[in-house]
Amino acid sequence: MINDTLTPRLAVVTQIRTETPDVKTFRVESADGTPLFDHMPGQCAMLTLPGAGEAMFSITSSPTVGGYKEFSIKRCGRLTDALHAMEPGQQIGIRGPYGKPFPVDTEFRGKNLLFIAGGIGLAPLHSVIEYVRAHREAYGHIDILYGSRSAADLVDLDRIQNEWMQERDTGVYLTIDRPQDGWDGHVGFVPAYLKELAFKPDCTAIICGPPIMIKFVLAALIEMGFDKTQVYTTLELKMKCGVGKCGRCNIGSKFVCKDGPVFRCDEIDELPNEY
Amino acid sequence: MQRVSERVIARARELMREGTVNKVAGWKAGEFFYDCAPYVFESEESLKDLVYDRFCAANLSKYMIKNSVAAGAEGGKVLVLLKPCDTYSFNQLLTEHRIARENVYVLGVGCEGMCDIDRIREKGFKGITGVDENADGKTLTVHTLYGDGEVAIDDVLVNKCEFCKGKAHMIFDELISDNEDEGPRGDRFAGVRELEAMSPADRFAFWQSELSKCIRCNACRNACPACSCRKCVFDNDASGIASKANTDSFEEKMFHIIRAFHVAGRCTDCGECTRVCPQGIPLHLFNRKYIKDINEFYGEYAAGAEAGQRGPLINYTVDDIEPAAVSDKGGN
Amino acid sequence: MAMKKIALTQLEQLFAALSLTRKVYLPVEKAGQYDYAPWQPGLTYHPEVLHTVKSAKSVFFPQSEDLIRYKRAGLSLEISQQAPEDEEFVVFGVHACDVAGFEVLDRVFLSEPVDSYYKARREHGTVFSVMCAKPEETCFCGTFGIDAEAPGGDVQSWLADGVLYMEALTEKGEALLAAVSGIVSEVDDAGTQAAAETRAAHKAIMERLPLADLTTDGFGADAELLPLFNRPEWKELASSCLGCGTCTYVCPTCQCYDIREYNTGKEIRRFRVWDSCMYSDFTMMAAGTPRPDQMQRFRQRFMHKLKYYPDNYGGAFSCVGCGRCLQKCPISMNIVKVMRKLGGANHNDK
Repeated sequence: MINDTLTPRLAVVTQIRTETPDVKTFRVESADGTPLFDHMPGQCAMLTLPGAGEAMFSITSSPTVGGYKEFSIKRCGRLTDALHAMEPGQQIGIRGPYGKPFPVDTEFRGKNLLFIAGGIGLAPLHSVIEYVRAHREAYGHIDILYGSRSAADLVDLDRIQNEWMQERDTGVYLTIDRPQDGWDGHVGFVPAYLKELAFKPDCTAIICGPPIMIKFVLAALIEMGFDKTQVYTTLELKMKCGVGKCGRCNIGSKFVCKDGPVFRCDEIDELPNEY
Repeated sequence: MQRVSERVIARARELMREGTVNKVAGWKAGEFFYDCAPYVFESEESLKDLVYDRFCAANLSKYMIKNSVAAGAEGGKVLVLLKPCDTYSFNQLLTEHRIARENVYVLGVGCEGMCDIDRIREKGFKGITGVDENADGKTLTVHTLYGDGEVAIDDVLVNKCEFCKGKAHMIFDELISDNEDEGPRGDRFAGVRELEAMSPADRFAFWQSELSKCIRCNACRNACPACSCRKCVFDNDASGIASKANTDSFEEKMFHIIRAFHVAGRCTDCGECTRVCPQGIPLHLFNRKYIKDINEFYGEYAAGAEAGQRGPLINYTVDDIEPAAVSDKGGN
Repeated sequence: MAMKKIALTQLEQLFAALSLTRKVYLPVEKAGQYDYAPWQPGLTYHPEVLHTVKSAKSVFFPQSEDLIRYKRAGLSLEISQQAPEDEEFVVFGVHACDVAGFEVLDRVFLSEPVDSYYKARREHGTVFSVMCAKPEETCFCGTFGIDAEAPGGDVQSWLADGVLYMEALTEKGEALLAAVSGIVSEVDDAGTQAAAETRAAHKAIMERLPLADLTTDGFGADAELLPLFNRPEWKELASSCLGCGTCTYVCPTCQCYDIREYNTGKEIRRFRVWDSCMYSDFTMMAAGTPRPDQMQRFRQRFMHKLKYYPDNYGGAFSCVGCGRCLQKCPISMNIVKVMRKLGGANHNDK
């Protein structure tokens, strides 16, 4: 039988962790014990739960961990509702990897890195951060700025506090939108906190979060002296095929599913403003 | 039609120039003589492309939903050219509170029947480069890449004009017409009666053959002035019945029959559905069937004959027919 | 391979002979409209019909096709893939524009990762083209460099005085003509001459077509993307667009698709259907859509054909000038009007 690119492989959800009130992380492994596929940080995969549909999700886990893939998924529609209702042991379909990864082995190497994430936007950056930690000597100083609506909405807080904050030569800055009891950390939106922290433009910035956050963060970075060639982000559009053929995730001549989702911000300037 | 055409265009310019209106919804000349497109002109200068001729079949009423609101927001008024049949749609949209009447200036335009380029093609003409209306007013000389020919206007009328509802405008602020209203042209229910006379099996076969051509392009729905829902149930992914293609013949029937039911009592028989269908499906026969039934059950009713009227399907009276009549009538 | 011929009156025999070894698709009339459908005894070819409503692409890329079947029981899931087409078929009567349309689709579906469903149909299908009899005023294949007198495919053919002259262009085409060698006959010098004359006469008509002056100046891989994208005229071009999918669904080159599911109660079928970028839900996500207005959706369709596709596929355009959209758009808006409005300086005079 021909294995068409649109046909998913059988996989099983082996672990489900509740991250926040509306985010769960799903660990997916192949059903037959063979490795699923190799991926690089920033790449995505299509998850299928027949009856609920199929959609593209960024792979949260780093390629440096074992044979599994993890996906941190926010509940926001029909398919994600159904995914959140799954129990461990549920078999699903998976196909991928799709898209262009972050240039972790090329442009990022030897550089200081500044990660800026908002809400579920941490998911795609998670794999980059873990990849960088696994090859720590290959990169310079790391700063991670992460914000969300409330303390309860910070994804993977345990790992952030117990691992990232303990990592050598790494600064971690958390913020939440509004003050709340029991939170003694920073309060305020990510772009404002970014300006407060006044990072020097001697690093490569990697942004992911809601479009409005990306917009203001990018503006703040430019104000702080960053050049757009130093800034990377990911774009998200509706996808069906994942391989640049179904025709719906294009921005100008680029397909987000295969030419993205990772773009350098100066490349985005050359695209029509339709994302 | 030449004379009326010149007066219409001149008057539209005049109304624009004197500031009565700041936009004109009409038909814009195209690449060929027959492919004018609905268009909202925004300057007197742009009106050089305004045409009104035998190929201006498109009903502009539905465009007034968006444009009447836009005109109001801009503090202006939009002029719309409406043929007699188009005014029914306009009125019905007023009844449904979909058009801001105060922002629209209705210029009723006389009509002698629109010609359908597809029907001229069906007469065997290929590579049509032009037509001339002959002095007899009854025939067209057709010029083609392969020679000239002649065709009777009556034979190439747009389907809706074959059974013209009449030359009278149901609403207008100003009228430019040379036509006397001679009432309806032909028996528009003849086609329905033919279908009613068929055996259920034959009738089923007829519709199956027609509807299996459907490509689900949604042109009928999108052109239909009665289909003015902001979001159609067939476009709503969450409805569970959204679809983009016919997965089986059941689906085709569901789409068109549900649509026909949804516009029953509101459909003015403007004929746009059939006119725009790329597959030539006589969709108007569904609507005419319901119009005919409504007429028979509740007495003569013409949706859009006047604004604000209450249609029989949404107006309960003690004289209403008993529901059992439907099942008595149905089946055969 | 030498040219062969058959009398138009004997075409039914040709179809009958071909159908012994393969399915034969040809334009078939149904309730007044022509579309490609399997040949059956009693059906013949109507050369006077220029276009089917849907283009011939539907033979290789059907409007709807099952891809995968799923069965769910508790936590377990069974995935089975629909087997791609494995039966031989021939599609007869395709004109140059639609043949060129296949090439447009090939670049998309046969580039990596290959679409195995499309590829299987292309491999099992033989294209038997016929030079169009009488081009319409809406034809403009010449704009895209298509030679209507050499319609291409695996076998190409010309009609002259009730005789169809044919020649194989590929191995597949040769095999097809060999399979009917008992029905077709050899062509003498007079026949060769007749075929050449009908081509010459056709060429003379093509030069007189009203759209013969239409060029692709201002579009394509060399055009600047953002200035074209940002042209203010898009607004007026799109202003009356109904947002229906007619242009898309009659187009031989539109290839966008949706993947949907249908729960039969016993299994869940995942199927692929044609989609249209003109539809409001095409890019709709939980968070909204990047193309909320019809103007943006309209612009997408034409930018794709005239700029994005050429950028991605070596300068080739995603339009073959068949003219179907000119004939079928409910409001008579189409790619020619777009090209006239936005094209090179010489277009703007019109």
